Amino acid sequence: MSDVLSVRGLSVSVRDTALVSGVDLTVGAGERVGLIGESGSGKSLTALSILGLLPEDVRADGSVRLDGVDHELVGADERRMSRVRGRDIAMVFQEPMTALNPTMRIGDQLTEAMLIHKTLAKPAARAAAADLLDRVQLPAETLRAYPHQLSGGQRQRVVLALALANDPALLICDEPTTALDVTVQALVLDLIVRGVMDRSSALLFITHDLAVVATVCERVLVMYGGRVVEAGPVSEVFTRPRHRYTEGLLAASDLETTSRRLTTIPGNVPPAGRFPSGCVFRTRCANATALCEELPAWTGSETRGFACHHPAGDADA
Amino acid sequence: MRRLNPSLIAGGVIVAVIVAMALVSFVWTPYDATLVTPSSRLLKPSWSHWFGTDKFGRDVFSQIMVGSRTTLFVGVVAVGVAAVIGVPLGILAAMVRRWPGEAIMRANDLLLAFPALLLAIMFGAVFGASTLTAMIAIGIASVPSFARVIRSGALQVMRSEYVLAARAAGRQPFPIAVRHVLPNVTSLITVQASVSFAIAVLAEAALSFLGYGTPPPTPSWGRMLQESQEFLFSAPRLAIFPGLAIAIAVLGFNLLGDGLRDRFDPKLEDRR
Repeated sequence: MSDVLSVRGLSVSVRDTALVSGVDLTVGAGERVGLIGESGSGKSLTALSILGLLPEDVRADGSVRLDGVDHELVGADERRMSRVRGRDIAMVFQEPMTALNPTMRIGDQLTEAMLIHKTLAKPAARAAAADLLDRVQLPAETLRAYPHQLSGGQRQRVVLALALANDPALLICDEPTTALDVTVQALVLDLIVRGVMDRSSALLFITHDLAVVATVCERVLVMYGGRVVEAGPVSEVFTRPRHRYTEGLLAASDLETTSRRLTTIPGNVPPAGRFPSGCVFRTRCANATALCEELPAWTGSETRGFACHHPAGDADA
Repeated sequence: MRRLNPSLIAGGVIVAVIVAMALVSFVWTPYDATLVTPSSRLLKPSWSHWFGTDKFGRDVFSQIMVGSRTTLFVGVVAVGVAAVIGVPLGILAAMVRRWPGEAIMRANDLLLAFPALLLAIMFGAVFGASTLTAMIAIGIASVPSFARVIRSGALQVMRSEYVLAARAAGRQPFPIAVRHVLPNVTSLITVQASVSFAIAVLAEAALSFLGYGTPPPTPSWGRMLQESQEFLFSAPRLAIFPGLAIAIAVLGFNLLGDGLRDRFDPKLEDRR
């Protein structure tokens, strides 16, 4: 299986504050990879740096390579990046209410997406726009609608149709269903999965919802404090977590707990730049020892591994 | 449809009346506005001369009617110049942040500090006094306020998710400016235009009063005011009618601007 996206040692920083450190990540063709973590763990920054859309004063280092693009994406100039964006990588944002231009009809926004990269001529693009809407189960009349005439779920489907317009090799979804009703969530998730499967595109799915990851993704990376702390197939990570943070995250979302109190991870996520040295989780970890002041090495392979001195599930832990 | 607010209605009606008056003056006025009739000098208002006549025997009402053309012409030119320069400048300043954007805004501040009337008088001295040069000068002097307002609106649009989404779709900066930023600041442009219109009308009156605006014989409300000076005590109506016309026009455009702003910005409406 060829790798569509390959991220090596990606770090993101603002002035001297590190926000994301040493993220390694690969997504193969047709693979669906989840990126989970609490707010402020660096998930969205990772996604934005893949697209080169970080805010002006935020810096990315490391390497991001995309299959079929012959240059490094980190630090590439706007001209080269704009050719990649929307054609090779597309993104679905969290907030469907603001992700569409309020002054343009849906049809114009869809055709524009295809005309930017000249993948189709104008008449063909109009026909293709109707087809795209049909694939996200919206009627053709939607073409003439303005965004304010649609509901949140309908808009997010339009955003998805926009993202899939040029058959991107990689689709990045940043919490695409967080702002939607639970009933609409399932439909949108289903459309996302079907959309990438039809095109055998790779999917990088960012969320903090473990249940969503379990339904959508095959592989998952757990981020905390700007680092990937654990990675592996969804079935394994969710049933036999090794990193103490993953363990806590799963316990907190366990609905079948017998205890009357909600299980939580003690403490709060520290603000950016205030994460402890060594293991980023050690200040909130019940198993932390003096050893944790040293940065734990990655144990295992990139596809299944963790960074913890006292992993869960070890007999002698 | 939201309810129309009173200032929008009042402003709209006043502006509509002025526009109608200007249009009608092309085909009909009670008398030829520039016709000098020595036999009927300084007549009091009557059925035959609604607003009376001036020192040359010209019908004041006809002059007011024809003068409204000058007023509208002045506003259109000044606002046009200000918008054509100010809007792209504001959007540009918002899109290229860092130092070029800052440089644009500081140059803007410099121009803002320069009095509009002084600039217009300077232009008049260099290029000769005419309505057009005066208004180009007033337009240039109005550029900074346009640029400032549009920049703040554009900054907000640039931070919106649909612009981020457009960039994520591979849109280049220029199409983003034209298709995404510009349509979303049109409400700001409209509001700023009606406010600048009022300022331009007032500036033209002031310049004509000083002799740097509309040269005779083209009727202009400002010049009518100036010509009425010597009769301020004997025939104050000669100053009152054009003065009222100017005041109502300025009020009309300001009300229209206020009304439009309230309508485009629902948050502001709720607060009242």
